Amino acid sequence: MYTQGLLEAIPKAVSALEDSERMARFQARIDAEEKIEPKDWMPDAYRQTLIRQISQHAHSEIVGMLPEGNWISRAPSLLRKSILIAKVQDEGGHGAYLYSAAETLGIARSELIDQLLSGRAKYSSIFNYPTPSWADIAAIGWLVDGAAIMNQIPLCRCSYGPYARAMVRVCKEESFHQRQGYHAMLSLARGTPAQQRMAQDALNRWWWPALMMFGPPDTASQHTAVSVRWKIKRFTNDELRQKFVDFTVPQAQFLGLTLPDAQLQQAADGHYQIGPLDWSEFNAVLKGNGPCNAERIAERRAAHADGAWVRAAAIAHAAKRAARAVA
Amino acid sequence: MSAVTAPVADRALMTYVLRLADTALVLAQRLSAWIGHSPAIEEDLGCANIALDLLGQARLLYAYAGELEGAGRTEDDFAYLREECDFLNATMAELPNGDFGQTIVRQCLLDLWRLELFERLTQSTDVRLAQIAAKAVKEIRYHVRYSSGWLVRLGDGTDESHQRVAKALTTLWPYVTEWFAEDAMEQALTERGVAPSVAAVQVGFETRLAPILRDATLTRPVDVDYRWFGKRSQHSEHLGHLLADLQSLHRAHPGAQW
Repeated sequence: MYTQGLLEAIPKAVSALEDSERMARFQARIDAEEKIEPKDWMPDAYRQTLIRQISQHAHSEIVGMLPEGNWISRAPSLLRKSILIAKVQDEGGHGAYLYSAAETLGIARSELIDQLLSGRAKYSSIFNYPTPSWADIAAIGWLVDGAAIMNQIPLCRCSYGPYARAMVRVCKEESFHQRQGYHAMLSLARGTPAQQRMAQDALNRWWWPALMMFGPPDTASQHTAVSVRWKIKRFTNDELRQKFVDFTVPQAQFLGLTLPDAQLQQAADGHYQIGPLDWSEFNAVLKGNGPCNAERIAERRAAHADGAWVRAAAIAHAAKRAARAVA
Repeated sequence: MSAVTAPVADRALMTYVLRLADTALVLAQRLSAWIGHSPAIEEDLGCANIALDLLGQARLLYAYAGELEGAGRTEDDFAYLREECDFLNATMAELPNGDFGQTIVRQCLLDLWRLELFERLTQSTDVRLAQIAAKAVKEIRYHVRYSSGWLVRLGDGTDESHQRVAKALTTLWPYVTEWFAEDAMEQALTERGVAPSVAAVQVGFETRLAPILRDATLTRPVDVDYRWFGKRSQHSEHLGHLLADLQSLHRAHPGAQW
C-alpha cells in the first residue's frame, strides 16, 4: 500500500540507457515469474522504483504508528489496549522489516529516515488525517488496513524477492489488524447511541480517504504500465479500488452504518459504483496541506532528535566494548 | 464501585494481588507512551513488548483479585473504575517517564525487584499465584535483559548519557525503599508461605543490581529516610493524571461494551 507518491517517482531511465541484452534477460526472468534477488543485475529504474516504493511503505508504517498511538493511553478496556499496543507494535515491526528490504537495494536506513524527516520522502497521506475519537481506531483497522491488504496481497508476488517475502509476513499481520478493527467497529455499532454516533462519524470521515489510498485513477496514473510490466504491481489502482469497494460495502451494511456516498449503487454485474472522488483534497494532502502533515513530521523529528544522545551512547558503548575485547 | 464492601474471605491475599496488578498496569501505561516516540524503531518495539507483557500480567492478576473478592468485579472494573486512593501500585511505577534514560533506570530497578519477587512467588503456597508468577517470570527475565542492557549502554556510553542515568538513579532511588519496608500484611502472608520474605527479595535485588551498576559505571545511591507508600495508597501527585487519562473514555460511557 501507501505508494501514491510514486506520481513523481520513476526516473526517465526506463527506455534508453540500459544494456539491451541484459534488459531482455531481466524481462524474460520476470515474465517467467522468477524472483529478482539483491545480487542480481537489475535496471537502475527498477532499483530506484523499488527503493521508493518500499521506503514509502516503511515510512507509512512508522508514521502510521502516531494516529493510532494517540489512543493507546485511553483505550476503553484492557483487552482493547492490549490489541492496540500489539497492532502498533506490528506496524513498527513492519517498518523495521521494510527498511531492511530496502537496504538490500543498496541504501542505508539512516539515509531513508533522513529523507522522511527532511520532507523529501513521501508516506501514505491517510496518516495525515486525525484520530479525534476512539471509533477512528476501529475505522483505521477496518478501512485503512482493509485497503492496505487489497494493495499488499498482490505484492506477495512482487518480482523482487526480499519485498515479496517481507509482504507475506506483513499481510498475515494486516489481516489480524483488519479483523480487530471490524470487530471494534461492530462493538460500537451494536453499542449505545453514543457509540453508534461515534462509529458513523468515523466512517463518514475515513471512507473517502480510504478509497483514495489506492492512488489516482488509472487515466491519470502514468507509471502503472511500467510497474505492471516489471511485476512490481499486479493490478491497476482502479481495479484494486473496485475490489475494496465490493468487499467493504456489504460489511458496512452488516454494521448498520451508512456509507457517506449518496450515489453509491450496485450495478447489474454485482459491482458497487461509487460517486466521484475529490482528487483536489487528495492532492492537497499529498502536497503537505492535510490536517496533520506538519504534526506527524514534527513528532517524528522530535523523537529522532530527542533520541540522538541515546543512539550516540549505544555506539560509544559498542566501541568501548570492542576496544576492551581487543585489549 | 470504588470501595470494597463485600466480605472477602482472604482480604490480605486480595490486597496483595492488587498491589502486584496495579504496579503492572501503571508501569505498562507509562511505558506504552514511548511507542512511536522512542530513540529508534527497535526501542518502540521493545517498549511495546514489555508494556504488553505487563498488561497481560495485570489482567491475570485482576481476574484473580476479582475471584478472591467474589463480588463480580472484572479486570476493567479494577482498572477503570477505582479512584487513585484505591490503587496500590509501587509509587515508582507511576512516576513520569522523563527522558529515555530515566525510563530505563526506572524499568531496570522495577524489573530486578519484580524478577526476585516473582521467582519466589512461583513457590507460593497459593497455587493460582504461583501459576501466574511462573508465566510472568519468563517475561520478566527478558525485561531485565532489555533494561539492564540499556542501563549498561547508557551508563558506560558517552559522558552525557552517563550523567543522565546517574541523575535518574539518584532521583528514583528513594522510591526503592518502599518495596523493602515490610508491613504487617506482607509479614502475615509470608508466614503463610503465600508471599516471599521481603528481606530475601531485597538481598536478591541487591545481588542482581550490583554487577549491573558496576558494568554501567554507576554508584548505588545511599538510602534515604523518606519513603513513599503507593502500596498503601499513599501516592505521588502523578498517579491522578495517569488515571484521568487511562480512565477517561471508559468512564464517559458507563456500562458500554467495547
